[in-house]
Amino acid sequence: MTRGTVTIQSDRCKSCGLCIQACPQHVLAFAEEFNLRGYRPVQLDEREHHCTGCGVCALVCPDVVFTVYRQPLRRAA
Amino acid sequence: MTTMVMEREAPTLTATPWELVYQRPAALTDLPTHYCPGCSHGAIHRMVAEVIDELGIRERTIGVAPVGCAVFAYKYFNLDSCEAAHGRAPAMATGLKRVRPDRIVFTYQGDGDLASIGGNEILHAALRGEQITVIFVNNAVYGMTGGQMAPTTIAGMKTTSSPMGRDVLTQGYPIHIPELLAPMPGVAYAVRRSMHAVAEMRKVKKAIRMAFQAQLQGVGFSIVEILGACPTNWHVSPTDALDYIRDRMLPEYPVGDFKVDARLRD
Ligand SMILES: Cc1ncc(C[n+]2csc(CCOP(=O)(O)OP(=O)(O)O)c2C)c(N)n1
Ligand code: SF4
Ligand code: SF4
Repeated sequence: MTRGTVTIQSDRCKSCGLCIQACPQHVLAFAEEFNLRGYRPVQLDEREHHCTGCGVCALVCPDVVFTVYRQPLRRAA
Repeated sequence: MTTMVMEREAPTLTATPWELVYQRPAALTDLPTHYCPGCSHGAIHRMVAEVIDELGIRERTIGVAPVGCAVFAYKYFNLDSCEAAHGRAPAMATGLKRVRPDRIVFTYQGDGDLASIGGNEILHAALRGEQITVIFVNNAVYGMTGGQMAPTTIAGMKTTSSPMGRDVLTQGYPIHIPELLAPMPGVAYAVRRSMHAVAEMRKVKKAIRMAFQAQLQGVGFSIVEILGACPTNWHVSPTDALDYIRDRMLPEYPVGDFKVDARLRD
């Protein structure tokens, strides 16, 4: 089950790669396309369902590109 | 030219509504920064802004921006701020705090700004025990002007003005600011942290919080030195710059608490 996800403001990304290196679930990769500033922005790759919403990408990103979401924990009935 | 839009709406992959766990802090404006890819200034700005939001002090906080790459900090922080002459941020902060003691006043300074031209200013602001908070970003070079040697440049480090590497016998030794200020009676909080890893970055934010807390409690002058990356002038990739901090900067500048006033509480 997907536990978390992120939205990415691609136009602000500068392709530094710090988030790709830091992501513990390895769900981030550079896009093929370029953004308006000429950088290849980060995107969620095909492993995106492994995202836990831990927020490490948002912690390391110098350009405040990420918004982070999590699935609320389901309590046992 | 078409704009590539990859920004998605709040995700709708599952049936249960998503819980928002992180978003851009209110204490940052919406402006994209001019910083180079991987520059630590951006993440440090963000952490300062998060702390200001978490403490609920945005409406009464005043920032003082330096001369250096962070010269536009006043545009990036969504709060009252002003711009000091090179190295003079502690003097300006002193004036602001003394005139408006109800305000939370902080400076944001690079190592050239704080330790070189502003060395005298920071020393005496600390000696006077000014009730201000200093965020001090040490990237071991003058970033803005093209990577010249700073007082913080480590021995042997190549810069545009020390092309053979800093020779300590003719160019002197690196300066250790929090260690220097910690023994002063007016100083309540003097620590060093580093941006080279996720766990260390969390400690950076905690230290920024403690530094603001010191001012809120009125226990004295507070300073956090943060080892940050300048990939551009170090001529390395943003990810290699983190290794550079760990392998080259940390041995010279160990992280640690050089003074934590006993009255200080988190
Ligand atoms: C009075 C004065 N002297 C010199 C300069 C040139 N100058 C601009 S920025 C700078 C050093 C900036 O380095 P640092 O404070 O380490 O900040 P960084 O750019 O690395 O973030 C210098 C010497 C200036 N602007 N004003
Ligand atoms: S850390 Fe931020 S700026 Fe750097 S590649 Fe990731 S999203 Fe882009
Ligand atoms: S020159 Fe260095 S300190 Fe200045 S914005 Fe670029 S990476 Fe940051």
